[in-house]
Amino acid sequence: MSATFLGMPGNFPENAAIAVQDSQLRFNLRKATHTIRDRRASVVGELPDWQELRAAGKAIKDHTLRNLDRYLLRMEEAVTRAGGTVHWARDAAEANRIVTDLVKATGETEVVKVKSMATQEIGLNEALAEHGIAAYETDLAELIVQLGDDFPSHILVPAIHRNRSEIREIFLDRMPEVSRDLTDDPPALTEAARLHLRERFLRSKVAISGANFMVAETGTLVVLESEGNGRMCLSLPETLISVVGIEKLLPSWRDLEVFLQLLPRSSTGERMNPYTSMWTGAVEGQEFHLVLLDNGRTDVLADEVGRQALRCIRCSACLNVCPVYERAGGHAYGSVYPGPIGAILTPQLRGMGSELDASLPFASSLCGACYDVCPVAIDIPEVLVDLRAKAPHAAAERAGMKAAGWILNDHERLAKAQRAATKLRKLVPKRRLPGPLSAWTDTRDVPEIPEESFRDWWEREASHGQGAE
Amino acid sequence: MSAREEILARIRTAVAGAQDVEIPRGYRTERQVDDLVGLFAERVDDYRAIVHVVPSAGVPAKIDECVRGRRMVIPEGFGRDGGWDDLRTADGVLTNCAVAIAETGTIVLDHGPGQGTRAQTLVPDYHLCVVRADQIVPGVPEAVARLDPSRPLTWISGPSATSDIELNRVEGVHGPRTLEVVIST
Ligand code: SF4
Repeated sequence: MSATFLGMPGNFPENAAIAVQDSQLRFNLRKATHTIRDRRASVVGELPDWQELRAAGKAIKDHTLRNLDRYLLRMEEAVTRAGGTVHWARDAAEANRIVTDLVKATGETEVVKVKSMATQEIGLNEALAEHGIAAYETDLAELIVQLGDDFPSHILVPAIHRNRSEIREIFLDRMPEVSRDLTDDPPALTEAARLHLRERFLRSKVAISGANFMVAETGTLVVLESEGNGRMCLSLPETLISVVGIEKLLPSWRDLEVFLQLLPRSSTGERMNPYTSMWTGAVEGQEFHLVLLDNGRTDVLADEVGRQALRCIRCSACLNVCPVYERAGGHAYGSVYPGPIGAILTPQLRGMGSELDASLPFASSLCGACYDVCPVAIDIPEVLVDLRAKAPHAAAERAGMKAAGWILNDHERLAKAQRAATKLRKLVPKRRLPGPLSAWTDTRDVPEIPEESFRDWWEREASHGQGAE
Repeated sequence: MSAREEILARIRTAVAGAQDVEIPRGYRTERQVDDLVGLFAERVDDYRAIVHVVPSAGVPAKIDECVRGRRMVIPEGFGRDGGWDDLRTADGVLTNCAVAIAETGTIVLDHGPGQGTRAQTLVPDYHLCVVRADQIVPGVPEAVARLDPSRPLTWISGPSATSDIELNRVEGVHGPRTLEVVIST
């Protein structure tokens, strides 16, 4: 999926299912974002000191970034002292090479993976595949995405664009052991995934993970998750390799008291996520490698306005409140980092050389909802405005920005624009939407231009009495 | 230049002249909870785990009741005989914990005596955990302060779960599908 995913323009697989998938996408997105949004608001409201936690979270991250060199060295020392090995990677190619060599040294040709945006960002799975190493994703959503040969569309619910019957089809097609009687009931699908992965967990010798946090003072890595596949990957295999962006650092153990309150509540809207694993160095006889990844982060750090994007803890709260994301969907952002955070992080990590990346800062109406919910108070609108000024195709993109506001402001016009876009679909050269729509749909994402617009689909389905629940 | 040196040099150039910041810690680091056991029990129950509050003298009998008919892994140091050794065929695991958090309904294992290895608490489908009332702290900061970072730590808040299929919550993916907690008072 992703060296390609982050680096190359438009090679999404085109198939007949795309249109259906796309109307499903809009419906699912709305349902997902609103559900999680409400849950978040309720558990955040339970904490009388939320704003104080937020202020602390912001300051801890800023302080860490200001002293990142010092804290990285401390992290290296602490991990080494605890029996782990630390590697440094300037860019994706270097990180992929390090990981590939480590896996080769074990003699294994299969690895299990726990969801990690950093490894998607560097295209690790593809790099491993080139060396004959198969990487198996183990999060249910990532598994659905990987087996379905497509791309994640949400940080937290990457397969939000797939409905249950599509998932059933994918499982029947790609899991040889699965019975033809498999229903599309979510518990049945979940059980199929559990069985599919169980033997793999028990026999895999190498696992690859990312981390949500790493603590410089103690050398501890922290992974938050829900399903238990993280625990499987982190504790069963003999060798564990964690690829972690250098900005994931926290100075002291105590800082976890802030982030373990901010992240679960902002992310899944739970008081606490089901499982959090913490480990320091080599544990229970395991071999442990930490790969510290730069890959553009130091460029972001050099930008006085943009560097605040490095505070991001990938909670996805900003996606769930964003009116543009809700309509455009995650794929439209053309990177592993979708939504408002993607709109400011991707152009900074990759530079604004491509038309897609230069258009991302315009994928916003600057309503500011993202800033309000951000647990580390990243002023996303401020960074967007700053990036807009720096974007190379200013005139065209400004038209795009106006278009975003125009579309969002008027439902009638939204419907017409979608219908018009749908009718134009076959005429569009290089899969682009023409004119004012291009800024946030001209990504490569043909799925964004359904054969039938969502509204048409909805009305038709609803009238048949079977519009999704 | 090595990657390490180059990354460090880039960082130093990038932040040269930037202001450092003080960290305001105005949030609650200690909180008053009158009924710790009650709040913890309520919050664990919210995750659809099973909770029992039992006077300490009644705990062994409660455990007997819970594990009846199950092949249970009983880790070293738990102080109970008759454990099942084969992880793959075990039905469940019986453990203590290191700390529990009332506000979030979380139990934390540091995999010390009576808590098993990480694998032992993960592979079986059923986890029965005994929490002493004096192990329950009010909030996350109090728990972080009590824990030893040099130990592997597993924080557990309810059974494993996913909402990946159309946002329907399904309990039990790869971790134990049933979590049962006995609070010993
Ligand atoms: S920018 Fe803020 S709200 Fe958005 S994912 Fe990052 S931390 Fe969460």
